[in-house]
Amino acid sequence: MTLLRKELLRALLAMLVFTLLLGVAYPLVVTGIGQLAFRSQAGGELVHVHGKLVGSKLIGQNFALQVYKDGKPEYSHGVPVTRPDPRYFQTRPSGTTPADNDAATSFANYGPNSIVTEKAIAANIAAYIALNGRYYPGGLTAAKVPVDAADTSASGVDPDISVANARIQAYRVAAVRHLPLATVDALVRRYTIGRALGFLGEPSVDVLELNLALDRL
Amino acid sequence: MTVYGWGLIFVFALVLTALALPLGRYMAAVYTGQRTFMDPLLGGPERLLYRAIGVRVDRGQDWKRYATSLIAFSLVGWLLLYLILRTQTLWSFTGLNPMGYHSMPWNVAFNTVSSFLTNTNWQYYGGETTMSYFSQMAGLAVQNFVSAAVGIVVAVALIRGIVTHVAAGERDSAQAHSIGNFWQDLVRTVLYVLLPLSLLVALVLLSQGVIQNFSRYLTFTGITHIAQTLAMGPVASQEAIKLVGTNGGGFFNTNSAHPFENPTGFTNFVEMLAVLLIPAALVFTYGRMAGNRRQGYAIYATMMVMFLGAAAVCYIAEAHGSPAQHAAGLHTAVRAGTTGGNLEGKEQRFGIAGSALFNVVTTVTSCGAVNSALESFTGIGGAVPFANLSSSEVIFGGVGSGLYSMLFYVLLAVFLGGLMVGRTPEYIGKKVEAREIKLVALGILITPLSALFSTALATASSAGRASIDTAVAAGPQAFSETFYAYLSQANNNGSAFAGYTGFVQPAAGSVGSHGITFADLLGGFTMLFARYAPILFTLAVAGMLVNKRVSPAGLGTMRTDNATFVVLLIGVIVLVGALTFFPALLLGPIVQGLTGHLY
Repeated sequence: MTLLRKELLRALLAMLVFTLLLGVAYPLVVTGIGQLAFRSQAGGELVHVHGKLVGSKLIGQNFALQVYKDGKPEYSHGVPVTRPDPRYFQTRPSGTTPADNDAATSFANYGPNSIVTEKAIAANIAAYIALNGRYYPGGLTAAKVPVDAADTSASGVDPDISVANARIQAYRVAAVRHLPLATVDALVRRYTIGRALGFLGEPSVDVLELNLALDRL
Repeated sequence: MTVYGWGLIFVFALVLTALALPLGRYMAAVYTGQRTFMDPLLGGPERLLYRAIGVRVDRGQDWKRYATSLIAFSLVGWLLLYLILRTQTLWSFTGLNPMGYHSMPWNVAFNTVSSFLTNTNWQYYGGETTMSYFSQMAGLAVQNFVSAAVGIVVAVALIRGIVTHVAAGERDSAQAHSIGNFWQDLVRTVLYVLLPLSLLVALVLLSQGVIQNFSRYLTFTGITHIAQTLAMGPVASQEAIKLVGTNGGGFFNTNSAHPFENPTGFTNFVEMLAVLLIPAALVFTYGRMAGNRRQGYAIYATMMVMFLGAAAVCYIAEAHGSPAQHAAGLHTAVRAGTTGGNLEGKEQRFGIAGSALFNVVTTVTSCGAVNSALESFTGIGGAVPFANLSSSEVIFGGVGSGLYSMLFYVLLAVFLGGLMVGRTPEYIGKKVEAREIKLVALGILITPLSALFSTALATASSAGRASIDTAVAAGPQAFSETFYAYLSQANNNGSAFAGYTGFVQPAAGSVGSHGITFADLLGGFTMLFARYAPILFTLAVAGMLVNKRVSPAGLGTMRTDNATFVVLLIGVIVLVGALTFFPALLLGPIVQGLTGHLY
């Protein structure tokens, strides 16, 4: 019994020491180094325009317009109703509420054999075609829609889209903004992040940076 | 499928092996008390820690003393973490609860504390919607370190049991029964292994964009005038140990899929390496401590063959796409500028291969961090994590727990091999007798039994079915969700088919969540039982083996360091997993994988 009591006391001391070392000192050291050497990364790669915060390079946003009804913002289940802003590139479908909500990320959990999933994907395809179809030469069909434009992302705040997805949206953005397609395509190329070290990850287009570059034109 | 995808898997296996070899050598030095290059730096703090907790390190412990220390340490850790989570609001004075989150309800706290104590990190809570920075760093992250250390020290104790040579005359002395000193092993694991590795990984991740700050969440209006919020926090420090310790509890709800936890294809690679590094290195540590590195290589080969098989199957299945995608009219072949495949619940920057490999890495180990939604994997792609869990986490496995579980399978294989050739089974010179093999068999069966028992209970009762997310799951998927939940908790993995839930997310504007008592308690008890019972069996076996007579290898000795043994070992693992889990697997993932039918 005394053995057990001694061991419990030792355990308590050990936990307190470890809490100070691993729970306080260690994160503070990492924070300190971050502030000294990696300030922008530690803060979340924030982007400011004219001194005003407009987002993080790493976090996807909903580039949408508030829908108004009788002059007031429309809500559905307490969530603002929005429609995509055709002047901007759009991020991937999101499983969070509201879309691209970084304060409460969640998976959509759509199963591979589920009717719910099929309906959700079909709705995403329809929305994508409705937005981009009439600008795309020859029109869009479901078979031409890139998977990343129809499948919900994991985090719900995926900052990137595929190159194919960006190329399709470029036709719409160029037409709506009365820009030459070549100009928009050049921006897409410029904000395409290649594979790290030449083989890690997939080529992706950062949507926030691309949209901000469009506004700067 | 692309050449980049296959290249990723291949290069990953190579880099992992290249890093695990030197780390394995270093860890062998750490656990046999040899000098290491870290001694000048860490020797002082080490002695200070011993003095602070009052340990005489020259004293070895027999297995019962070792187990007593381990249980005492876990008990105190459990109570301390429960206290921290239940009094979250009291710690707001530190400024580390900027969002003013409420304390955790008792049932969710029971589950969460049991989960972090057992290195499971099953999460019935959303990190960024319920947890203060204080709870994350001073509560959860501390257990990330020490629960990983507990797993490692048990493996080291079993290794000592197997490899220690006791001279004939001293077999009954007190020192001959020693399997090491728990406190010394614990301190050395934390100081010499986990802390330096975590610091290194944290800094690499930080430099690539994983955030580390104590700021309030940032609210702003986007360029199209939509109000948005960015969650913040000390992520990098916790992210590192979450991976290095194969814990897997994400800072954010979507874990390593969240761009602030895993921003690029490069960090994805680093994170996968961080997960497998210690489990892989420990195998080499074992070979060195056994004085025959080939013993380690044989086990490593077994693990690597099964790992590569799992990765290949998962990648092929995910690249093929899902029935739901095809029914909706999508083309899932690889085309210029798109990944193709089943990108549902996956991030663009990782693509198909980066997501499939990550989730194989995380389910062969007991990590459970995910970078994509497991529930959205195809039937066969999702059956791979199931199969990995069904093999009781021995393909690398959790830090420590993977090796001690694997050594149990090795002893079982030696026993079966002995029966086949009609000799008393021996492993590294020590006879494996009835007493040990009974404990080994029990130790192997505990995990599947608790998984199946809890699944049956949860499926058969309406209280258990209340956790199923009926909005998205029905039929076989609902069963898969439930089965995976208890399989994952029993294996101390922590990854989830995340539709199955034990708590209700706080509604917008509210800061407290509430739990689903049945799922919280059943899961909590499953994790505790399936963690500590095998640990006790392991320490007991270590104690029985440690002072056994060592007989030199003869002509008739079955070799355990060649290809024949690797094949036998794989056979035993697959057989035990298939026999225990096949009926249940048929009802869920296999049905989903074999049919194109939608439910």
